[in-house]
Amino acid sequence: MSFVIVQVIVGGLLLGAVYALFSSGLTLVWGMMNVVNFAHGDFVMLGMYVAYLVYSLLGAGPLIGAPLAMLVLATLGVVVYFSLIRDIMKGPMLAQILGTFGLALLLRYSVFWWFGANFLTLPENVVGGTLDLFGIRIQAARLLAGIVALVVTLGLHLLLTRTSLGSKMLAVAEDSTAAQLMGIRPDSMQAVAWAIAAGATGLAGALIATFFYIVPTVGETLAIVAFVTVSLGGFGSVPGALVAGLLIGVIESLSGYLIGAIYQDIVVYSLFLGFLWFRPQGLMGKS
Amino acid sequence: MRRLAWLSVALALVIAYPLLFSTPFQQRLGALVLLYAIAASAWNIVGGYAGQVSVGHVVFFGCGAYAAMGAYAHFALSPMVGIPAGILFSVVIAAVVGVPTLRLSGHYFSMATIAVAELARLIVTNTDYLGAAVGLSGPTVPRNVFDLSFISALPYYYLFLAILIITLGITWWMTNSRIGFYLRAIKDSERAARSLGAPASRTKLYAYMLSAGLTSVAGALYAMMFGFVDPESGLGILISVKMLIMAALGGAGLLFGPLVGAAILVPLEEISNSLLGGKGAGLTFVVYGAIIVLIARFQPGGILDLIKRRLEKYRKAPETIVAAGTSHAP
Repeated sequence: MSFVIVQVIVGGLLLGAVYALFSSGLTLVWGMMNVVNFAHGDFVMLGMYVAYLVYSLLGAGPLIGAPLAMLVLATLGVVVYFSLIRDIMKGPMLAQILGTFGLALLLRYSVFWWFGANFLTLPENVVGGTLDLFGIRIQAARLLAGIVALVVTLGLHLLLTRTSLGSKMLAVAEDSTAAQLMGIRPDSMQAVAWAIAAGATGLAGALIATFFYIVPTVGETLAIVAFVTVSLGGFGSVPGALVAGLLIGVIESLSGYLIGAIYQDIVVYSLFLGFLWFRPQGLMGKS
Repeated sequence: MRRLAWLSVALALVIAYPLLFSTPFQQRLGALVLLYAIAASAWNIVGGYAGQVSVGHVVFFGCGAYAAMGAYAHFALSPMVGIPAGILFSVVIAAVVGVPTLRLSGHYFSMATIAVAELARLIVTNTDYLGAAVGLSGPTVPRNVFDLSFISALPYYYLFLAILIITLGITWWMTNSRIGFYLRAIKDSERAARSLGAPASRTKLYAYMLSAGLTSVAGALYAMMFGFVDPESGLGILISVKMLIMAALGGAGLLFGPLVGAAILVPLEEISNSLLGGKGAGLTFVVYGAIIVLIARFQPGGILDLIKRRLEKYRKAPETIVAAGTSHAP
């Protein structure tokens, strides 16, 4: 019995690592430019479909699918930044929310129109079978996704805090006029941020595609997961997103196991609303 | 005076529409335009005038729809009896969501409204009392006129027109009241409005609650016309999207913006659905998404705002030339 609980918790942590990865994309853009990307969940969805296409057309697994999804989404991120975000950033809040929300519909229903509303899945053996670690049974796909996500999220944190590119991005986030006087182009730094954010999101999508159902509307649920993660972790904070993502993964798994799978989303959404009420700045955010 | 004359002409045309275009399809189309105009005008109060973008307004729509159908299904009452209950539920939900989130930046409010709408849909889908995934039905055969169950769309058309006029009247009254002035100040600069003593959070909350109550009436009317409500038609996120896009396309924060938006988009959707069938559903929302992105990028004020500015430019053209000339003088 206790073994089952441990197994559920480990499963939750692995899923939570993937949540953390795509939420750090959302938190990066939000913290840097004060733009909330309402199409973020649909970026994850696109990553999943790239992985699916790579499998069904080339027969290749996530080894090719994941880097490709990262590349495709990073490109999309830059395109979206230059064609839409750069202009609506300066506009009223209504334009910002409408712009990214419209983008979400556009992406979601383009995929819906092309692939239909059917649930797709990658075959279970695309990443080999189930492993047995000290009596805990874990799907290899989840283990791979969790570990890769954890490593990439930590890498993203190091990129932002330990490299000159990261310092430049933080400088733009802090004060873009001052950064400009120091010879940093805010425009290119923000485009880089969109590329990183969307790329990380695409990678996360390709990773969960190996064990999750793939459907055009999956982005809606995942977007709410990302909102919960970011508001729990405090916006702009990648370590916050990591802690919050792991926590939400565990809570979701546990509530799915203890109360029933249909209630796990209800638990996560209620948690989010509760948090907005009592601690809107998040676990690690400043008030 | 001239404005009043134009309004009377427009009203006369709207009243005459179902008599001039009297096929069932045209009458139904007219009724739907008015119904969505009511919902979008209600959204406009919080989304347009208060500048707080609610993406989960469908939860109030669903409250009204479920209350109306619930009054019939559980108590064998007229669906109309459910309307006040729906309004009450909606206002309470609006207060619960609005009190914590309207103090924060607008993003939090938008995210919270999405979460509430999805939460409501999930809960209702798993609640047997509310019909779970199947939903609730209204009277199959009307027992008397108070069931508001008609075969023709004509009675609905005039009922919706009356409610729309009331909704627009309330909106107009609000914009000219103290709350309206506060809202305008808050939308321009919340910090400045606060420092001059305008109670920003409370004013936004009032607007949100008013908007919620009116949206719930639209939901009840919708359920009465279609005779049933299920989680998808009463609580699906796309209904929120329709309210939002109609108001934004016509002109968010303008009295007649949502009506103009509804008059463009409802026929577009109905016609594209009847031409493309089920396959068209996806395509319709691709077009919706593209329209929203284009409005946000190029014309955040909407169509009416564009027309208004063109008209003003046209009228003021000679003055601006003079003004430009003087400003260039040394």
